[in-house]
Amino acid sequence: MKIHEHQAKAILARHGVAVPRGEVAFTAQEAAEVARKLGGGTVVVKAQIHAGGRGKGGGIKVVKGADEAERAASAMLGTKLVTYQTGPAGQVVSRVLVEEGLKMTKELYLGVVIDRSRGCAVMMASSEGGVEIEKVAAETPHLIKKVHIDPATGLHAFQARELAFGIGLEPALVSKAAKLMMAIYNAFVATDASLVEINPLVTTESGDVLALDAKMNFDDNALFRHPEIRELRDLSEEDPLEIEASKYSLNYIRLDGNIGCMVNGAGLAMSTMDIIKLAGGEPANFLDVGGGASAEQIRNAFKILMSDANVKAVLINIFGGILRCDILAEGVIDAVKELHVNVPIVVRMEGTNVEKGKQMLIDSGLKFATADTMGEAAEKVVALAGTR
Amino acid sequence: MAVLIDKHTKLIVQGLTGREGTFHAKQCAAYGTNVVGGVTPGKGGTVHEGWPIFNTVAEAVEQTGANATLIFVPPAAAAEAVMEAADAGLGVAVCITEGIPTLDMMRAYTFMRGKKTRLVGPNCPGVITAGQAKAGIIPGHICSPGRVGIVSKSGTLTYEAIHQLTGLGLGQTTCIGIGGDPLIGTTFIDALTLFAADPATEAVVMIGEIGGSAEEEAAEFITRGFKKPVVGFIAGQTAPPGRRMGHAGAIIAGGKGTAAEKMKALSSAGVAVVKSPADMGRAMVEALGH
Repeated sequence: MKIHEHQAKAILARHGVAVPRGEVAFTAQEAAEVARKLGGGTVVVKAQIHAGGRGKGGGIKVVKGADEAERAASAMLGTKLVTYQTGPAGQVVSRVLVEEGLKMTKELYLGVVIDRSRGCAVMMASSEGGVEIEKVAAETPHLIKKVHIDPATGLHAFQARELAFGIGLEPALVSKAAKLMMAIYNAFVATDASLVEINPLVTTESGDVLALDAKMNFDDNALFRHPEIRELRDLSEEDPLEIEASKYSLNYIRLDGNIGCMVNGAGLAMSTMDIIKLAGGEPANFLDVGGGASAEQIRNAFKILMSDANVKAVLINIFGGILRCDILAEGVIDAVKELHVNVPIVVRMEGTNVEKGKQMLIDSGLKFATADTMGEAAEKVVALAGTR
Repeated sequence: MAVLIDKHTKLIVQGLTGREGTFHAKQCAAYGTNVVGGVTPGKGGTVHEGWPIFNTVAEAVEQTGANATLIFVPPAAAAEAVMEAADAGLGVAVCITEGIPTLDMMRAYTFMRGKKTRLVGPNCPGVITAGQAKAGIIPGHICSPGRVGIVSKSGTLTYEAIHQLTGLGLGQTTCIGIGGDPLIGTTFIDALTLFAADPATEAVVMIGEIGGSAEEEAAEFITRGFKKPVVGFIAGQTAPPGRRMGHAGAIIAGGKGTAAEKMKALSSAGVAVVKSPADMGRAMVEALGH
């Protein structure tokens, strides 16, 4: 799960991470009010959307005083911000963060993620902050310093100092930076985060080290023990169909194509998309109905799938292990009848009770195209969708 | 011969008294696996579907002589179950549970260091040795004893590979679902190491997916001297970046973990990489024909 910058900063501040003074605003008037509270000097107005690259997209403005803050906020709120991460459609800005302007001396980078190969968290720091870290990693990997963290002991002070010295901080700031790093690791663990990224981490003329930006992602599997974080979910950042799907515990991701697919298992669902593309078509979605789906779950899945107006044909690809093919057939037949589906449907199923399932499809009197292999199914559905 | 489990395996099921645990314990037993008991804290001393239930894994091992465990414990308690299995000294622990918090697995991972237990999973379909035993949820009737080992991050895609190999008369030795979570026990490299030492396994199907770098690491391992033919497939060639594709670990992050990178690494290592999952079996026929 993703949250906004202002929410991440609030969480980090609670764990002792220094952040600039500021508040979130949902209207231009509120933004002016925050600017006044901050003393009426230079403030930064930052559009709050989940995607990165806001600065280049015009979503971050440095202004002077409450009036300018109000104008900047007014220009951002309600408009679509397009960044390299939002895609061409952009994302509507519905809140801004107004913060005090700082006199920065250095822009650095700090991040914590899980190192899958080593099975532990890794903290990364770089002297090259304020730019895309992927670019730094690709072009100047020696400028990224890393320490691996033993989950039993946590981040050691000496490791934090090693990072701070490693990115060229002057000795006077090292202990402040080390303290901040340890607070960030503590916040990472306490919230079951999957990513904390501070880009940039800055040093100031007044000798402070602060998180000027903050991004936190959380482990969806751990949200059950963090109701306070679950509440931070911003549904306006998500696709309405994906929200609907999540209510039924369906794994659905909307894509740009016109061939809807319904599959059991994430790997098979991904490779069904792949094989549609190989056959010359474009998948409209990723949809994993899970291993033990019921007939009702299949019906829900179909409803979601067919809510996408782009869908011109559907491919159902099920390898029945736990999910029996007759259960699948029952769900599909019900859904097609109930929803009056009028696009062609190709069904490819294999596994437990496959003969019974196939017979049910035939007996239903509905027009299903069937296929015995994934390859054949993809060819058929692409032809039916008319994408060739 | 086979790897991980065979007809001599004595399997316990942690969470046997639950719905899933009961269903799959029966399925495993029906496949011929020697299921010797179950563990459910608080239900020790009872009998469930004819199996003795114990409060702790240690007790179950002592009483039954079990050497492997199959874990169907709910996500919030599953990492604990894994650690309990390791503490009891079991040789193999297969964890099916999907949805375990990553930080829980991180602690379990650290706990297991230096212990002899080999963890398979979590978030996986488990292990099946064709015609001998299964510890997991892979449908037994699609398998047939044969020549090819399978190692895969994906469940149903594993079934797909099994089905193709069976249809082509090649059959399988052992199929290992290693799971789609960011932190897993047995890796591709571990599985390949096992297959290398197994005379019955003549070749390997390796099924990866987007996210992480385990496939690239496996490619390096193969280059260093894995001698048996490998057919590879990577799911997610069309997956959009930054989206988690069903599995917790299946995400292209910061431009890393793409299918293209993984396919390239495996091809360079001499793996016969197929673009279509429908071609896994056919490519294996070719690979074995040389």
